[in-house]
Amino acid sequence: MGSMVGALRPSERAALRQLARNELPRLYALARRLGGVDPEDLVQESLLRACRSFSSLRDLQAGPKWLTTILTNTWRDWLRKDLREPDEVPVEEDGPFSLYHIIEEEDPFPYSDTLHVDVLGAFSEHDVREVLHRVPPRYRVALVLRYIEGYSATEVAEMLERPPGTVMSQLHRARQRFEREMWSYAGESGLLAGATAGERPGRGQVSS
Amino acid sequence: MTPPVGCDEAVRRLWEFLDGGLDERDHRRVEEHLAWCLRCCGEVAFARELRGLLRTRTGITLPDEARNRMERFIDELGEETEERSCP
Ligand SMILES: [Zn+2]
Repeated sequence: MGSMVGALRPSERAALRQLARNELPRLYALARRLGGVDPEDLVQESLLRACRSFSSLRDLQAGPKWLTTILTNTWRDWLRKDLREPDEVPVEEDGPFSLYHIIEEEDPFPYSDTLHVDVLGAFSEHDVREVLHRVPPRYRVALVLRYIEGYSATEVAEMLERPPGTVMSQLHRARQRFEREMWSYAGESGLLAGATAGERPGRGQVSS
Repeated sequence: MTPPVGCDEAVRRLWEFLDGGLDERDHRRVEEHLAWCLRCCGEVAFARELRGLLRTRTGITLPDEARNRMERFIDELGEETEERSCP
């Protein structure tokens, strides 16, 4: 840090502001999806950090990804405690879960020819966001960066400063958790009205 | 000679497979499994749908008031005054 702090040249300042303005809707959405904090506060704090380390951005083309990394790191700093908390459902002990199979077993729409599509169709945007936020933060961040923001597993590993192998297993658990939460949410909120979703915990387990 | 992929492994790697995230060898192994395994074929179609839903149905639009507040914030970002310079 030191002398560079606050020493943005007018051209740099203009470039940063332009970048921030262009990326604002995406950064805000990212902050909301990561969740657990006030999205506006998170975006503003991230932009302040970006301002402080603007000189580390060599190529403006890399700006969007650079801002994503800063926002993700800021979020992780704020959630440090939650990110360490152990899972209520240790995935290893609970066995693999397949949403596809439990839908088939429970058959919530017996007259449907497109059962699986119909089940997914019952989820509104609000529902899917709720499900996403039930996924524990350390898995959620992997899901968001990989499957919503579209970064490769290698890029996610760089952003989270984890070995690629760790990120791959984190992604696997994240998907499993997402599927589990989809099913329990459907049961609790009566999405599959008249269906049997969620009444029999333990179903959907794939015997391995 | 590479060992064939079982259903468990095929399913576990499905999302990466769909995203082209597997290396060539693993991609081919999963592909070969899917070519004959009926059970996993349903899983592929479903995984594609589910992944799509995660991407398209978590949309968030920036509310106007929030946009205005943050744009004002951006307008002052990196201001050169003593106290304001990248605090
Ligand atoms: Zn199979």
